Amino acid sequence: MITLTHYLVLGAIVFLIGIMGVLLRRNVIIILLSIELMLNAVNINMVAFSDYLQNMSGQVFVFFIMTVAAAEAAIGLAIVVVLFRNRETIDVDRINVMRW
Amino acid sequence: MGLQSFLFYYFAIVIIATAALTVSRRNPIHSVMFLVPCFIHTAGLFLLLGAEFLAAIQVLVYTGAIMVLYLFVVFLLDLPSFRIKKITHQQTPLAVLAGLVLVVQIIVLTVVAVFPRPAAEVKAPYFLGNTEAVGASLYTTFLFPFELASLVLLVAIFGAVVLARRERGEELP
Amino acid sequence: MQEELILGYLPILVFLIIVTCVGAGMIIASALIGRKNPNSEKISTYECGMVPIKDARQRFDVRFYLIAMLFILFDIEVVFLYPWAVLFDRFNPVIFGFIEMVLFIVILLFGYIYIWRKGVLSWS
Repeated sequence: MITLTHYLVLGAIVFLIGIMGVLLRRNVIIILLSIELMLNAVNINMVAFSDYLQNMSGQVFVFFIMTVAAAEAAIGLAIVVVLFRNRETIDVDRINVMRW
Repeated sequence: MGLQSFLFYYFAIVIIATAALTVSRRNPIHSVMFLVPCFIHTAGLFLLLGAEFLAAIQVLVYTGAIMVLYLFVVFLLDLPSFRIKKITHQQTPLAVLAGLVLVVQIIVLTVVAVFPRPAAEVKAPYFLGNTEAVGASLYTTFLFPFELASLVLLVAIFGAVVLARRERGEELP
Repeated sequence: MQEELILGYLPILVFLIIVTCVGAGMIIASALIGRKNPNSEKISTYECGMVPIKDARQRFDVRFYLIAMLFILFDIEVVFLYPWAVLFDRFNPVIFGFIEMVLFIVILLFGYIYIWRKGVLSWS
């Protein structure tokens, strides 16, 4: 029998993988992908609780999270494009000055 | 092992495996392509939890649209001559340690915690399907956040156009 | 109740299995029974048509990104319309549901007018 805890542990593991991606990788695009992964882990938790509590609010929240994720992807990737245009790099270790 | 358990473990294993591959591949194209099955299997998990509408949206919006945007940006930026040789930072050991501590904490907390269930079995008092139930909550209780969502999208349009559009005469990209 | 829901999606599972078998079957069958005597002409990028003039891995124009980005944001807008359309005749009063969606669309219309005026949609 699959309980709520199963889903929460799965969410925790996926969230950890996302955190590892953000902390370890140097490629900006993969860091943004890891953030999507973390949002996905949160979505799993939200839907699991929505099912557990028989309450639709969790699913509506996931809907809003997807909206914000789309906006975040659009803006974040635009920033990456501008960064690349100015610095010719997508390595976060080389993006280390506030202005130039 | 029932059908539900089998499907859950199948989805969970594929999600974890593809997520791990996503953050560990050197080539960003491979990362994006591994994230696609990850999101599709998450949609399967949503189906398992009875959230049919969200499963459809997950496939349509996340895998259909957002991943395409990422692919375009990889095409735009990831030229072989700019490939990063070393994929991790110097802070790797410390970050792994911090992450492991965090995940142990989260898992212990979720396993130990007792989540109170509502006293009576409150089945959603709504009509037939999941889409109606989501809508009935979204357009009444969450009316204000719903209108705000359009503002978030509006700001995203302005921001991305202002940032990424180049004026005439500038060089590529 | 969950089991019934899952069983309702059985046709999709059957569909996925058939699609996988057909796709894999075509590749495997052509690899097994096809004749292979390649020459330089046959294995070039396009067997017919133009000879490639340079490497395909070059920078894309940023306008591809802008179009994809606008597609996603308006895609989300349309997704918000789905549950609204399903529920439309159950709003009480109906005009309430109509007005809230008109407000939602009008806000996004400003974004559309902005990108139109900025010339993001024109390709020349």
